Amino acid sequence: MAQAATATAEMSPADEHHWTSTGLDSRKIAIWGFIGSECLFFASLISTYLVYKGKSLVGPLPHTESQCMLHGKMQTCEAIFETPLVTAGTAVLLFSSFFVVLALYHAQKGNRAKLLGWLGATVMCGLFFVSMQVYEFTHFYHKGMGYSTNLFSTTFFTLTGFHGSHVTLGVIWLSTVLFLAARGKLPPEKSLNLELAALYWHFVDVVWIVIFPVVYLMR
Amino acid sequence: MDAHSAAPGHDDAHHPSPAMYGKIAIVLFILTFFEVAAYEVGHRPAAILHSVVEPIVVPILLVLSAAKFALVAMFYMHLKQDSKLFSNLFVWPIVLAAALILGLIVLIRLWHAATF
Amino acid sequence: MATSVLEHRAPAIHHAHPKTGIWSWITTVDHKRIGILYGATAFLFFLLGGIEALIMRLQLMGPNGKLVDPDTFNALFTMHGTTMIFLGVMPLSAMFFNYFIPLQIGARDVAFPRLNAFSYWVFLLGGLFINASFLVGAPPNGGWFGYANLTSSRVIAATAAAPAPGMNIDFWVIGLQILGIASIAAALNFFVTIVNLRAPGMKMLRMPMFVWMSFVVQVLLLLAFPVITVALVFLMMDRNFGTSFFMPDGGGDPIMWQHLFWIFGHPEVYILILPAFGITSEILPVFSRKPLFGYTAMVFSGIFIGFVGFGVWSHHMFATGMGPFADTFFSMATMVIALPTGVKIFNWIGTLWGGSLRYTTAMMMAIAMVALFIIGGLSGVMHSAPPADLQQTDTYFIVAHFHYVLFGGSIFGLTAGAYYWWPKMFGRLLDEGMGKAHFWLMFIGMNMTFFPMHFLGLNGMPRRVYTYPSGLGFEFWNKFETIGAFILAFSFLIFLVNIIKTWFGPANAPADPWHGATLEWSIPSPPQEFNFPKLPMVGSSVPQWDARRAAGGHLPEPALVSGADIPMPNPSYWPLVSAIGVFLVLGSLLFIRVNPVHWWQLTLFGVAVLFFGVYRWAFEPPH
Repeated sequence: MAQAATATAEMSPADEHHWTSTGLDSRKIAIWGFIGSECLFFASLISTYLVYKGKSLVGPLPHTESQCMLHGKMQTCEAIFETPLVTAGTAVLLFSSFFVVLALYHAQKGNRAKLLGWLGATVMCGLFFVSMQVYEFTHFYHKGMGYSTNLFSTTFFTLTGFHGSHVTLGVIWLSTVLFLAARGKLPPEKSLNLELAALYWHFVDVVWIVIFPVVYLMR
Repeated sequence: MDAHSAAPGHDDAHHPSPAMYGKIAIVLFILTFFEVAAYEVGHRPAAILHSVVEPIVVPILLVLSAAKFALVAMFYMHLKQDSKLFSNLFVWPIVLAAALILGLIVLIRLWHAATF
Repeated sequence: MATSVLEHRAPAIHHAHPKTGIWSWITTVDHKRIGILYGATAFLFFLLGGIEALIMRLQLMGPNGKLVDPDTFNALFTMHGTTMIFLGVMPLSAMFFNYFIPLQIGARDVAFPRLNAFSYWVFLLGGLFINASFLVGAPPNGGWFGYANLTSSRVIAATAAAPAPGMNIDFWVIGLQILGIASIAAALNFFVTIVNLRAPGMKMLRMPMFVWMSFVVQVLLLLAFPVITVALVFLMMDRNFGTSFFMPDGGGDPIMWQHLFWIFGHPEVYILILPAFGITSEILPVFSRKPLFGYTAMVFSGIFIGFVGFGVWSHHMFATGMGPFADTFFSMATMVIALPTGVKIFNWIGTLWGGSLRYTTAMMMAIAMVALFIIGGLSGVMHSAPPADLQQTDTYFIVAHFHYVLFGGSIFGLTAGAYYWWPKMFGRLLDEGMGKAHFWLMFIGMNMTFFPMHFLGLNGMPRRVYTYPSGLGFEFWNKFETIGAFILAFSFLIFLVNIIKTWFGPANAPADPWHGATLEWSIPSPPQEFNFPKLPMVGSSVPQWDARRAAGGHLPEPALVSGADIPMPNPSYWPLVSAIGVFLVLGSLLFIRVNPVHWWQLTLFGVAVLFFGVYRWAFEPPH
């Protein structure tokens, strides 16, 4: 613990004010602690999805045809999932992680124009993903899958819906930082304000990295 | 692991370059492609390698997903060169989360299956 | 012995708070004031939960009790458990976290002072929300564990006694969600505070044991509360949106609720007990004049308890028939968790061994905590064997067990902490004579109330049943228990009188009335707003003893300083506004059933308030 040696009895009140035992910023520890906590939140949702996988009493089902209630009568319904759309959403979310890490890089270097460009691109990607999800949910609904139709629909909408709400919050947070940056209020020494939002954004992305194969690709 | 010794507050000097970030983005894209490919090959009897891939789709997906997860966490979230504290704050909850998912599946789907 | 503390009484010191008035309390971000708010609020809820218990004891005093009807009895045991756990013990612990974590680690405040205020306001609103259910005649009535499908039922029959039909469980579900947000926010705050704001030289393995146990508790809170959050969402969806998470008719499994609930619920019992362990570990060394025996073993046994605490949840579910593999695993894990607890108990005894003991009220409470926890711990190990548990489950034996660990453990520990730290918080020593009376009546009343429950349980008296017929042999012990419960209640009346008497008494507490070992005793009682004029340098786990030894055994009273050049956080009301936003968002869900068409308008309004509050908070200069 080298930090003890750096502290002396001669610290000024201002030095003491900035004293931390680890030398790290408290806010960054807090966002990581929050992310750790969120891991258990999504673990609970994912485990419920997996525990109930294949236990639906009626259709529609994710990967296979089934009997389901559609337009007021029981009939054969097609499989719910169509991979192209969600694969596009996945790719966009992955790229947004790439964009925001570039935005942070340029924020730390003080390249405001590039910071604004990459951060704007990140926000656009986030908006695309949310729109994709809204479209997907609506589409599924028209295919006969309401929120409480069966165990699959319930656990699917709850898991991906909570993820989507996290993405939405991330978009709002990143937009706020973008607004600050555009007004010149994100100098390199304040780049932590972006780093916190970026860490949250990456976390939302890695959650999707788990959800995408587990929910969409495992039959 | 030597990167952890970087002095706190000066770690941005050790951050990867944009080129490095770009390479990782490409790797992530390729891994995602393999994921979808494994899924498509795995459930189309006519596809090439179908008989090889079909029984191992789930392990393939888990490994690829874990690889993507690790890449984003290590490089984009900077865990590789940031303080080890942050890695601990992420890794241990993930271990617990994985144990929770696995435990519930085993408890309910396997051991409790007779009555469920 | 106890009077020896008075020899060190210092001349009266002026301790006026710089800011007064109700607005200063509403906008405060001072961890000490927020701690006092937590304590006062939690104590009131604690008394309320106690009154609920007394009504139940009166009902059960004799066979065929007529005082309350079965529905009311259901509500009473549900609200007693919920109140004591979420509104009593947890926030009473939070009082000590707030007040003493920063003081013991030598910090000026917590890491996020405004988030701290937010946590308190959300907790207060959540507590009021759950209890508001009494006002509309729909108190929660499904047990503190809220088992599906007792609670997930969609079919609600309206009765004349319940003008808000079926909202009972909604109050419980939403109230717990609100309280969960308060807990997670507070846990994050204390976690970062302990990691990052320790004074120079205070390594992790120099932290006071109370801080260590608090640290483990924050980790447990952060990892356990998300699980109950998700489970409560599922339950709410089942109740209001026709889903089947726990509904067998839709393919769901009610056992899934039990799993999710106890994955949270078992760490929760360590969340309830570890602060009391920490307080006991502070008090025993000070009043034995010996350092804590086996400090490192105490630290790692605490961590081990927290870690294994996540792997024993299904021992609450042996009766569900999980199969031999699950029973074996959870039985063994439960037996293993008794080991670190045993390490703690032997270390406490080792601390007392050969010490020069001073039997202050705090010390007696702490020793009683150890003794009573042993009884509760032993009956706990008895349940770890599934065949025994199948006999004991849902009987009063279980009630006896968890009251020995939660009352004998947590409440005795917290009360010990109150007597120990009262002079530091308020600059006044609680009366030791009344304290002794409090202790003995509490100790006798507690054992009279809860020990016979072991006999009743083994004789087959079931829990949660509102009455029993005569002739089963339950009469004598039930009457005995009710008398004990009133002795217990009377002891807290003495505590209340003691508090009031002390409040109007002289400010007689010196900075260090007990010859304490830790940093909070190095500063005036009560501390000034900034706590430490200079950040202390820490060279061991007993810095105040080091300082006393270096000074030749007598330390001068610390002087009050102006502290004008010390930057302190500004007061703020945005945490309260944000808390009201959270309250509106979650509270609006109560109206789904009442007004299925327009309830979301209140939600949107709440979201607007929340965003407004959070944005003003984020862009307000903190200093």
